[in-house]
Amino acid sequence: MKITQEEVRHVAHLARLEFPEDQIGKFTIQLNDILMYMEMLNALDTKGVEPMTHATVLYNAFRDDEVKPSLGEGESLANAPDPRGQFFRVPRVIE
Amino acid sequence: MEYEPVIGLEVHAQLLTSSKIFCACSTAFGAPPNTNTCPVCLGMPGVLPVLNRKVVEFAVKMALATNCRINTYNRFARKNYFYPDLPKGYQISQYALPLAEDGHLIVETAAGKKRIGITRIHMEEDAGKLIHDEHNPYSYVDLNRTGVPLIEIVSEPDIHSAEEAAAYLRALHEILVYLGICDGNMEEGSFRCDANVSLRPKGQEAFGTRTELKNMNSFRNVQRALEYEIKRQEYILEGGGEIVQETRLWDDSQGVTNPMRGKEEAHDYRYFPDPDLVTVHIDETWIEEIRKTLPELPMARRERLQKEYGLPAYDAGVLTSSRALADYYEEAARLCGAPKIAANWVMGDLLKLLNEEGKTFDACPVGAASLARMIRLIEDGTISGKIAKELLQEMYAAGKEPEEIIAERGLVQITDEGALKAVIEEILAANPAQVAQYRAGKEKVFGFFVGQAMKATGGKANPRLLNDLLKRMLAP
Ligand SMILES: [Zn+2]
Repeated sequence: MKITQEEVRHVAHLARLEFPEDQIGKFTIQLNDILMYMEMLNALDTKGVEPMTHATVLYNAFRDDEVKPSLGEGESLANAPDPRGQFFRVPRVIE
Repeated sequence: MEYEPVIGLEVHAQLLTSSKIFCACSTAFGAPPNTNTCPVCLGMPGVLPVLNRKVVEFAVKMALATNCRINTYNRFARKNYFYPDLPKGYQISQYALPLAEDGHLIVETAAGKKRIGITRIHMEEDAGKLIHDEHNPYSYVDLNRTGVPLIEIVSEPDIHSAEEAAAYLRALHEILVYLGICDGNMEEGSFRCDANVSLRPKGQEAFGTRTELKNMNSFRNVQRALEYEIKRQEYILEGGGEIVQETRLWDDSQGVTNPMRGKEEAHDYRYFPDPDLVTVHIDETWIEEIRKTLPELPMARRERLQKEYGLPAYDAGVLTSSRALADYYEEAARLCGAPKIAANWVMGDLLKLLNEEGKTFDACPVGAASLARMIRLIEDGTISGKIAKELLQEMYAAGKEPEEIIAERGLVQITDEGALKAVIEEILAANPAQVAQYRAGKEKVFGFFVGQAMKATGGKANPRLLNDLLKRMLAP
């Protein structure tokens, strides 16, 4: 086994996802299959091959340091589920 | 048992760009909440970050100034965690392949010079600001700061005392401000510091369990917090206890560190390369271009001022405490040709005048060239040093040139021997008792005659000539 049920629960928690217990078992098997498949790729000799992090070979895409108008008041909060005044309001994060 | 503290520091410095690191929103401090935001820094779906070139240039400047090796290829990574000040659910930072690595800084401590290693410098975006409701279970989020460019500078665990930590921080701060890439304002959070502290028995190689200190917003607080934390850990270890690995917050009013509450499980950030940002490629040509723009750094400048102008270490320290001050001084010294005298005027009268108004040398109403001319006028005997003090005040207040004020107020020094002789003759005639005392060997009375002569001439007597004449005329 490449991954345990405990690890699946941990990853789910980090992503703030909740599942019924029977699904945890199912996901563990499925994730395990995917990781086993990766093993096939690991068998390839990649010595001297730079890891690829992007599908493009482009580099240094920059912008100049220029300020452009922001959304501004109102619009920035338009999607907020619970705005208060000029702020987003959220459940308090510290005791 | 004797313990040795091991301290590593993480500094976050806000870079002085006009726009944010990945979008064109303003970085200005103090705008109404959430007004400096756009879809990119609000973390809306489907947007793409684009890197601000100036952020790379500024970060490279700091890397060069701290003797780092710059990674030709470096890239951004996502640091994943949930917190309301982070709208995307991840912070764009650098992890594997940061901008620069393996640097060092030489700092001056009471015990002499010390080399402190710098592990890495990387670029990242700042998070937003949370305001917690004291009475209700809510926090309020302001995302203006989200996406403001930062560099994080991580030191090696080479620091072994609170004073060393403070010296290192001051040196970093000084360089950042000298380079003009950070305003250094600790109160507004432009320069922030976290510390890792552990103790180990003296002579032991392995590190002890460490705590992480946060919430120290001044050099003094960093030093106090570290001193407290070292004592706290020492006390626990002496009593046979164990240090708990945790984050602790400095409480300035109580002068203690407390464990941070409501902290979630051990960090598991699942860094991975950010697919939205392409690799940054910094070649030698670019590095050399940036290197050319580096100013002389504070420590090198201090040493040069001592050597070139024969100044004491203390004076060189004061004169290089800001780039504007050092530039001002050097211009004045060069123009008047009397570097030591220029140092005295700049550090003394002029700095005092500026301090009284809370001004800095950028905004000095007396230009370096005017000060230099005033010094020349003292040197060539046109005015006395005493008059010059008043003159400088007037130059400062009225923004006038020295010659202008001298002409207006008739401040030219009396260097005419005949005129001064006449004044002295009158004084001697009016004070026969003191003359007799002096001639009987009471040399202290000499000062009395100098004072009288200065008073009679309104401070305009040339001091050297006055001394010579007095000595001659008082001789029995
Ligand atoms: Zn923005």
